Amino acid sequence: MLNIQDIVFYILAAIVLFAGLRVITARNPVHAALYLVLAFFTAAGIWMLLEAEFLAIALVLVYVGAVMVLFLFVVMMLDINLDKLREGFWDYAPLAGFVGILMAAEMAMVLGSKHFGPERVPAPPVHSADYSNTAELGRLLYTDYVYPFELAAVVLLVAIVAAIALTMRRRKDSKYIDPAQQVRVKRNDRLKIVSMPAEKESVETPAESQGEQA
Amino acid sequence: MDAIQQMFGPFWPLVWSLAKIVAIVAPLMGAVAYLTLAERKVIGYMQVRIGPNRVGYYGLLQPLADGLKLLFKEIIMPTAASKKLFLLGPILAIAPALAAWAVVPFSSSLVLANVDASLLYIMAVTSMGVYGVIVAGWASNSKYAFLGSLRSAAQIVSYEIAMGFALVGVLMSANSLNLVKIVEAQSGGFWQWYFIPLLPLFIVYLISGVAETNRAPFDVAEGESEIVAGFHVEYSGMAFAVFFLAEYANMILISALTSIMFLGGWLSPFPFLPDSALWLFAKMAFVLFLFLWFRATFPRYRYDQIMRLGWKVFIPVTLVWIIVIGAFMQTPLAYLFH
Repeated sequence: MLNIQDIVFYILAAIVLFAGLRVITARNPVHAALYLVLAFFTAAGIWMLLEAEFLAIALVLVYVGAVMVLFLFVVMMLDINLDKLREGFWDYAPLAGFVGILMAAEMAMVLGSKHFGPERVPAPPVHSADYSNTAELGRLLYTDYVYPFELAAVVLLVAIVAAIALTMRRRKDSKYIDPAQQVRVKRNDRLKIVSMPAEKESVETPAESQGEQA
Repeated sequence: MDAIQQMFGPFWPLVWSLAKIVAIVAPLMGAVAYLTLAERKVIGYMQVRIGPNRVGYYGLLQPLADGLKLLFKEIIMPTAASKKLFLLGPILAIAPALAAWAVVPFSSSLVLANVDASLLYIMAVTSMGVYGVIVAGWASNSKYAFLGSLRSAAQIVSYEIAMGFALVGVLMSANSLNLVKIVEAQSGGFWQWYFIPLLPLFIVYLISGVAETNRAPFDVAEGESEIVAGFHVEYSGMAFAVFFLAEYANMILISALTSIMFLGGWLSPFPFLPDSALWLFAKMAFVLFLFLWFRATFPRYRYDQIMRLGWKVFIPVTLVWIIVIGAFMQTPLAYLFH
């Protein structure tokens, strides 16, 4: 007899599989990226079923909310010629097939019954309703795993700096605005009041003045 | 109550949750409708006009008339549009705006789902609202719509960082990610509310909230003087109305979150007055009034100025203040930040 959690799991798993399949089969890259968003979101749902609330929310926050937005941003602006992309498909097929078989074999080795399964990985103990998954994760990260955590942070920081250093180029002729300078402008820098003697108006002909009025 | 419970049998939890969801969404939709009227009235008076005053007394039936009009208008599908995504756009815009309300507490017990990491949940769900704008802009297959959606994506991603850091300050002070606990940590009069010790974060959060909802003066995604109506230029009828609903629902959400995290939620300003959800509604009304006031007062930011404000002003300010909070927490003065 299936309980409600199993039903939810199978629905989510089916959606993940479908979305994952569509990511690689969708003709339009924007559609593929959106299917990837769906796959991430549904995977977060599955993590939620595993009582990993913090990770599930972080997955949505980081991958769906930030990474995929920027990804879509780029994909939308690319002018991708689909036929040209498909030209070399059969040339690469053997290599791709080899990589695919390799990945399947690796997963089979890891997920095989020898290392993975209900006997190897017992279900986590049932926690009371007020158990804080987030607080527990935070405690572990900043005590037992503080060095790996900080190492990862430093690696990411280096990656950020490197990415900016590699892509930033300052053109000499580009103009930019310095708001501090703008604020500091005084009236006398921009405006000059000149006292001029009043000039006598030249006498206009009636026809001209009528034209102006109209 | 028991008789009704027996009638539904095993489906009772589902029915009961559905009833609670309706009890939140229905008043929210009413609030959205009357927020549009309030906006037109407030801006009208600020510009020395009367605003809508023909439909019903003081124009009180104007939102209903607008809603009816939009319901009966035809939804025009651009021939070059990506049809499924074109219809998905408004849905993606409104779904997060409503889903976020699941964890918003109206009082210490009046909350649909008292989730432990509710603050993170709110951030995750609201960060998905941008998909509605992006998908709508792309699926319309129109230059103006596309420009609008690109601007919006860049702006929302930029301001989300500052917003997230502002919330880091709140959760450091409250020592919890739970919105109910965050409010309870502010109890004891208005001088205990977080807007005083976290004033820079409060200001950053409020302004980022205006930017996140694409409201003036950060409305470059719509920019009606430059790109007509931005991402929803091709939408008409109810599809347009859904975008409209999403924008106003998001405004109300941001005002609720600002009230909960910085203005003490349902807590009364003085300890001798009783706490009640009415305080929360009053604070939300005040923040919403600020939203309308901004729109009536400020000219639209230029695109590069928006980026500069987000990246070069707000993010450094929040980072510095987080360090200040962290440093103070190690000293005997930690009580200043609770």
